[in-house]
Amino acid sequence: MKENSQDWDLVIKPTRSLWYIDFKEIWRYRDLFVQYVKRDIITVYKQTILGPLWFFISPIFTTIMYMFVFNTLAGISTGDIPAPVFYMSGNILWIYFGACFGTGQGAFTGNAGVFSKVYFPRLVAPLAGITSAFIKTLIQSLTLIVIYMYYVTHGVPLHLTIEALLLPAIILLTALFGLGCGLIISALTVKYRDLNNLVAFGLQLWMYATPVIYPVSIATKPELAIFLKLNPLQGIFTDFRYMITGMGEMDWTGLLYSTIVTLSVLFLGIIVFNRQERTFMDTI
Amino acid sequence: MANKNIAISFEDVSKMYRLGLVGTGTLGQDLNRWWKMNVLHQEDPYLKVGQTNDRSTKGDSDFVYALQNINFQVEQGDVVGIIGKNGAGKSTLLKLLSRITAPTTGQIRTKGRLASLLEVGTGFHPELTGRENIYMNGSIMGMRKAEITRKLDEIIDFAGVARYIDTPCKRYSSGMQVRLGFAVAAFLEPEILVVDEVLAVGDAEFQKKAIGKMQDVSTGEGRTVLFVSHNMNSVRLLCKNGIVLKNGMVEYTGTANQCVDYYVGSNIVEIIPHVVIEKKHRWYEKKHDVEFLEARIVNDNPAAMASDEPLIIELTLKVHFRNHEEMQYSAVLVNDADICVANYTSDPIALPQQDLYKVRLEIKNHALPAGKYMMHFSVGRYDFYAGSTTYDDIRNVLSFEIKYQDLAQKKEFLSWNSRWGLTYHTGTDIEARVVV
Repeated sequence: MKENSQDWDLVIKPTRSLWYIDFKEIWRYRDLFVQYVKRDIITVYKQTILGPLWFFISPIFTTIMYMFVFNTLAGISTGDIPAPVFYMSGNILWIYFGACFGTGQGAFTGNAGVFSKVYFPRLVAPLAGITSAFIKTLIQSLTLIVIYMYYVTHGVPLHLTIEALLLPAIILLTALFGLGCGLIISALTVKYRDLNNLVAFGLQLWMYATPVIYPVSIATKPELAIFLKLNPLQGIFTDFRYMITGMGEMDWTGLLYSTIVTLSVLFLGIIVFNRQERTFMDTI
Repeated sequence: MANKNIAISFEDVSKMYRLGLVGTGTLGQDLNRWWKMNVLHQEDPYLKVGQTNDRSTKGDSDFVYALQNINFQVEQGDVVGIIGKNGAGKSTLLKLLSRITAPTTGQIRTKGRLASLLEVGTGFHPELTGRENIYMNGSIMGMRKAEITRKLDEIIDFAGVARYIDTPCKRYSSGMQVRLGFAVAAFLEPEILVVDEVLAVGDAEFQKKAIGKMQDVSTGEGRTVLFVSHNMNSVRLLCKNGIVLKNGMVEYTGTANQCVDYYVGSNIVEIIPHVVIEKKHRWYEKKHDVEFLEARIVNDNPAAMASDEPLIIELTLKVHFRNHEEMQYSAVLVNDADICVANYTSDPIALPQQDLYKVRLEIKNHALPAGKYMMHFSVGRYDFYAGSTTYDDIRNVLSFEIKYQDLAQKKEFLSWNSRWGLTYHTGTDIEARVVV
């Protein structure tokens, strides 16, 4: 062991700090990040007739269905906000949350083929995932903008509020919260596959506990309201709608709560991710 | 000598795997381990039970070492071949070095940009075109976009798929996909290249091209290459030095040629003059109407025989059902490179009255060159109407060594070398005789 004086470029050891992200290394792989994002966007409409139109079809149809089932049949009021704007905004944000959650959850299982053959900073894959999902969300927002403009020109007093400056924060919170939850779940599903079934179904239930298809104001019983507000997504969704329509009210406590929960979940998610990264190939 | 530049250094590296089903019953062990390590501050309780990793014998522990205390160093510019049987730990070693999975103990240190090629075309997406996939795959391997753009024409040219470059990869033949994948890898410019058997694909022309490229990389450009292969010829051709792995441990190191010789020769490790037949000797389940029980070399000194000495074998057999009145016996000789060198089939001889009997085979004029030989035997009968029926077939049962080759008595003009392959003998060269 005389060669200790040599400067090594890489030392591979059994364990490494769990709370550690090598941002320099991720930056070196930024081209891979771009490639991943591109691939995710391009492959959606390869060999399809409608091509990029598919980005719009799913939110439009879900919105129409929600309007029919929850607004028309069940008679749930959407407050002052016109129903299409209400459902479309909730829907788009939920789709984004779901996509980020899925990215986190599939971070290892979805990339096993590549991860088992080549090394790159693993975090590039989920980061690219939430980015491409964000681009898709931006594209989908066009439908929301069209509907929004329709109501504005027809005299409905929809307007952006000053709080809308926080929109990027809302989007970021949604992405990081979804990713964090997904990463934590991924650690469990790598080992215990049956959790995947539970998750698909749990996510659906979660949507009904989130103000996607109803406003929180609908909960008149105080216990029920507290239950709804325990959901970290509540603040995000309520505030998102307020910011873009100026109707309803801003829930600052909800937003603060969401931020705290998101940061803790993300922290835990990254620890889990780092732990998994070292040995998941042995358990997958 | 002391100041050599070391590019890769393995220091006491071990990797432990859990056998069987992962994910059932592990929670208990996980908790136990966590309790012992984090609360009682003891050593990992499961580290101690790791055993030698021999895939064919069943151990009593669920944990095995895929690699155990691996220590070696690779100098800069060296091309090292890693050889060993399936499950010897070759791929695990590469996986550790490529940072796909972490070692259980020890550390690995490397110097210089490292690229590993455990598969060609990693990350290819079937819907993307060849061009898009070059960028995708190149980026996954750690290349920068500008770098790929600069080499794009060369890559396409090397792969020889210019016509299809804007067609989705799912329309490619599998060979074309491999060509494209290897082409991208060939234009990586790492200081250390780790390659796993990827040359075993593609047509002959492309393999030649790939090997040529590898040689350029290692000799011309002074890169360090670690190469795992089962193809001994490409190891001899490409590598300077070698490492033989066995059961997760380094068994032998030396030049590539020495290693290949060592590895190939290790098919016959010891002289077996006598054996009681067990299930492991039978490769196929036959209807054992006549069955081998024992085999023995009668010659005085099976470890030091002469090439002009008749080889005498005594086989003990048991008859369960008499289909024929006569039986034929055959012996196959395999040399230490696992090449079948001679096949002897006796004339039919009468099946004795008693059910338990012994038969002596005398192989005359074999003129075998010096070396170690392993023997297979079978018993059966050729019938004009039914064809050949084999009743029992035992493999790798006896072994012996020819030490003295009497060149004066040689009958051929060319000295026959056992690596040249099979000779076939019937009748007069082998005589079978019932002895009991």
